[in-house]
Amino acid sequence: MSVLVFTLIILIGSCFAGFLGSLTGLGGGFVIIPLLTVILHVDIHYAIGASLVSIIATSSGSAAAYVKEGITNMRLGMFLEIATTAGAVTGAMVAIYIPTHFLAVILGVILIASAFLSLRKKVQQAAAPNPWAEKLKLNGSYPGDDGTINYSVSHVAGGFITMIFAGVLSGLLGIGSGALKVLAMDSIMKVPFKVSTTTSNFMIGVTGAASAVVYLQRGYIEPAISMPVVVGVLAGALLGSKILIKSKSSGWMRWVFVIVVVALASQLIYNGITGKI
Amino acid sequence: MEAKKHKFRDTDMQAVIGWVLRVGVIVSISIVIFGGLIYLFRHGEEAPNHRKFTQLPDFVKLGGIIKGILDFHGRSIIQAGIILLIATPILRIVFSTISFVLEKDRLYILISLLVLFIIFISSISGHIS
Repeated sequence: MSVLVFTLIILIGSCFAGFLGSLTGLGGGFVIIPLLTVILHVDIHYAIGASLVSIIATSSGSAAAYVKEGITNMRLGMFLEIATTAGAVTGAMVAIYIPTHFLAVILGVILIASAFLSLRKKVQQAAAPNPWAEKLKLNGSYPGDDGTINYSVSHVAGGFITMIFAGVLSGLLGIGSGALKVLAMDSIMKVPFKVSTTTSNFMIGVTGAASAVVYLQRGYIEPAISMPVVVGVLAGALLGSKILIKSKSSGWMRWVFVIVVVALASQLIYNGITGKI
Repeated sequence: MEAKKHKFRDTDMQAVIGWVLRVGVIVSISIVIFGGLIYLFRHGEEAPNHRKFTQLPDFVKLGGIIKGILDFHGRSIIQAGIILLIATPILRIVFSTISFVLEKDRLYILISLLVLFIIFISSISGHIS
């Protein structure tokens, strides 16, 4: 296999990963890391580095669109970024000392758990007033179908702690941990769905950048691999967002995504346990 | 003079940040694609080897990247694009900080500076060890 063929395979795989990730809102990292390590036998650290770069690209690209619509809660995002970046830096520094086969097993388990987490039925709950939310100016509003909708945020401390954990996972495994971020905002802080998904996406770029600078210095961000990954994932995500506007029924797509993730992640766990990675 | 007195609001901040993010992604991806084409043109026929992480390449250090770009090395140009991409969300925080300053929101000036500080510490961590 030549470099050209190798690059084209990654490009096509990344495009597919970005497409699925965009339709399901989970990001391309989920499919791309197992694809690189299990199928193309790339060192898992390189795979994590490339995935981090791609999540920064997709997060920034889509955040640019959401931010203009005024749905993203920028103060909530900025406040929680203290937790995610601190966690991400810790995770990225720890990742260097963790044996690769162990990293593969953790990643496989987290990927499967997050994929199933994405299938859960969402029930919107009203937020209880929180003194911290008031002090930190986290309560916000967004443009709804019938005028501006105001909302408040609850359980600020619980949400913050969960975000530290999400940050650690992101730095350790190179995923956006969007599923966990959304869970923290939806279920714990009781933020409206529209706001939680866009704010989570907004935060993913900064969280990714905080870990990427660590990977960059260690030489784990390999240009030859990151190039097709970032271009492919971004192209796939763009395509996905175009389709998402046309059709709202992404129910079966989620299942496709879960099946793909579970298949790849189990392979990752298997290879990790048998020491092939 | 009336226009200059226009108070800086959240909506202005959103427009600026949206613009920063979009331009950052477009410019950095263009550089990555450009470097990628050069890399493939020069090394497309070789055999890839990324099975195991071996050593720190030259383009980890800024001097190495600049030298690589001047020598027209595809990988160094890609790396420059990637660094710009990583800088995009960080630049977003810098712009948020500026707009919090304009809004005179002291609490959020502090919060954004704290986030920037964490990323700064992270970016020099490699040079300590």
